[in-house]
Amino acid sequence: MSASAKPISNTRSVTGIPTARLITWWVIASEIVIFGGLLASYIMHRIAHPEWAESASHTLTWAGALNTFVLLTSSLFAVLAHKAADAHDGPKAAKLLRLTALGGLIFLCIKGYEWTLDIREGFVLSSGGFWSFYYTLAGLHGLHVLAGMIILLIVAADAAKNQELQRVECIGLYWHFVDIVWIFLFPLLYIAR
Amino acid sequence: MTTEAHVQHPNYVKVWAILVALLIVSVLGSMSHIREVVLIAAFGVALVKAYMVAKNFMHVNVEKRWVPYLLIMCLLFVAILFAGVAPDVMKHSGLHWTKNPADQSVPSAAGAATKNE
Repeated sequence: MSASAKPISNTRSVTGIPTARLITWWVIASEIVIFGGLLASYIMHRIAHPEWAESASHTLTWAGALNTFVLLTSSLFAVLAHKAADAHDGPKAAKLLRLTALGGLIFLCIKGYEWTLDIREGFVLSSGGFWSFYYTLAGLHGLHVLAGMIILLIVAADAAKNQELQRVECIGLYWHFVDIVWIFLFPLLYIAR
Repeated sequence: MTTEAHVQHPNYVKVWAILVALLIVSVLGSMSHIREVVLIAAFGVALVKAYMVAKNFMHVNVEKRWVPYLLIMCLLFVAILFAGVAPDVMKHSGLHWTKNPADQSVPSAAGAATKNE
């Protein structure tokens, strides 16, 4: 495919930023408001309800810490994929993107295990204010991880053929944002008791 | 078309190692029974980690200046939301008002029912 036949998102950079990356930043900006609103709501309710500390004491700190480690490591793979893409090494970038997606899969497996234990102990969405926020925040974040994994694998498939390498950075930006959200969810849901 | 190399790539493994070390600090800090230590270990370290990811992995610092402005603006919107809503959520009473008017209406309704009997 010739450069002139490329979608406008890949070729235009009116603002000085390639349009694809510009769109990614706007997506992240809107996500800041979505997650920020939820987190702000949780924080004000948590301060108003000190008794939620008892509910929070039932969350598994080791699982949250392990998931933080997994996401930080997957972010490392994502940024190394960006570096490989900058060096025009598509196959290496694809391999690293698949490792990033694997990190997402491990994250979701740990989360699934953790939720199974919580539900077996009787802590469900309707068990109280804390658990409503816990499942909503972690669930919405988990959906973002799942969506990111799917996009990572699609981008990796093209990158393996040395195509559309500019997308590697874009999906990396999104993935790092998902990592940052978890960086704040971990202390809020697992450490503050 | 390949990606444009607009950033100098730092030593990412070193950055990752620092982030993992900070994670360990936050977990160890959470085991403390001193409230201030727990808060700093939890939220202070989280802020540092988020800054490091944004700077080193997302390269916000070398992006066009209006990108961080855009992100900060969205954070300000969240702060405005918090400032506007928090007093209603976090305070239980104020000048000429108390929270949970429904709770107050229940006894009076019960009282009215008794009176009718």
